[in-house]
Amino acid sequence: MADPMKIRATMKGDVAEIRVLMSHPMESGLRKDAAGNAVPAHFIQSMAVEVGGKKIVDGQLAGSVSRNPVFGFKMKGAKAGDKVVVNWVDSKGDKRTDEAAIA
Amino acid sequence: MQHRVIGALCAMAVMGGVFAQTPRKPAAKPAAQAAPAPTAEAKDAATLEFEKFRAEMEDSNPAELFEAKGEEFWKSRHGPKNVSLAESCDLGQGVGKIEGAYVKMPRYFADADSVMDAERRIVWCMVEKQGFKFDDIAKRPFANENFTPDITNLVTYVAGHSRSMKVDVPLKDPKVREAYEIGKEMAAYRAGPYDFSCNTCHGSDGKRIRMQNLPNLSTPKGAMSGVQGWPGYRMTGGVMLTHQWRMGDCFRQQRFPQPKYASDAVAYLLTYMIGNANGEVYKGPGIKR
Repeated sequence: MADPMKIRATMKGDVAEIRVLMSHPMESGLRKDAAGNAVPAHFIQSMAVEVGGKKIVDGQLAGSVSRNPVFGFKMKGAKAGDKVVVNWVDSKGDKRTDEAAIA
Repeated sequence: MQHRVIGALCAMAVMGGVFAQTPRKPAAKPAAQAAPAPTAEAKDAATLEFEKFRAEMEDSNPAELFEAKGEEFWKSRHGPKNVSLAESCDLGQGVGKIEGAYVKMPRYFADADSVMDAERRIVWCMVEKQGFKFDDIAKRPFANENFTPDITNLVTYVAGHSRSMKVDVPLKDPKVREAYEIGKEMAAYRAGPYDFSCNTCHGSDGKRIRMQNLPNLSTPKGAMSGVQGWPGYRMTGGVMLTHQWRMGDCFRQQRFPQPKYASDAVAYLLTYMIGNANGEVYKGPGIKR
């Protein structure tokens, strides 16, 4: 079971600033452990962000993204109170969905 | 007697070892206008870049993820005695109270008859209140890339509840004062293959190792820049590390034997260091390269 994300969304003037912090090991599959065995790949493969019911990001990720990654977005046309829903699916099929409201 | 044992262990250096000091800058081009010689306070371009980088990262610090795990552990029941820390652990502000507790430690705890920093106190609570075995905790006290101990999450959680608060170590308490004085002596104790003391690197202004500026821990601002950022999330490897870990790392860099986990020696050094930062504002768990 994946750990929850931290989502912070605030209005700065007429632009909504959304920051998402994910808890994930993001193993690339290219590293080796102390014994020389490959560490199996385990990374987030896709993520999507919805604001106010509208999909604004539909992204693909790979193993080059850091552990516990942070993503930031800026968007126009959102307003305080809009619901932000973020979900991701990783290479093992684990999923996580979290939501927050724009403040 | 006590002095002696500690003296042998002593030493530290808080923000980084010091082996080689590379020249500050390549020689200025003759054609260029002579720049004023850099002073200890003047910040060079590289330092400013690092500060920008840190400010950007502090905005979304993965330390928050560890705080969330620490909160869960703090509030739920664990250990052979099946009690939560929230209902049993007193960090000096009353049982279960954590608001501002981190910046008011190290302090003297009569129930343990010791001066304790935050990590040592939480370990004490886990042992005395929850029934964990100290040796089990001390076997793997610090995080690595694949493992984060509960104690690290707990310290991060507690430290997160002292954000934007002033450091206020109770140095007027004679027991704390004594710890401070011993810590001060330890900081000045030279030994090891390099004949270093903590103060060799952290006792005066304007020192640096490679690109890293070293804070002068005898001044409030310098001590704060050492205290600031612990516990800290280290981006290299994505590891959450505590101030206790950092002290051990300085021992390592000085080629000293490792101090015992959650011992008097580390508590005394932390009392000296954090006590010197009294009055400065703590920003909360930090982020490191």
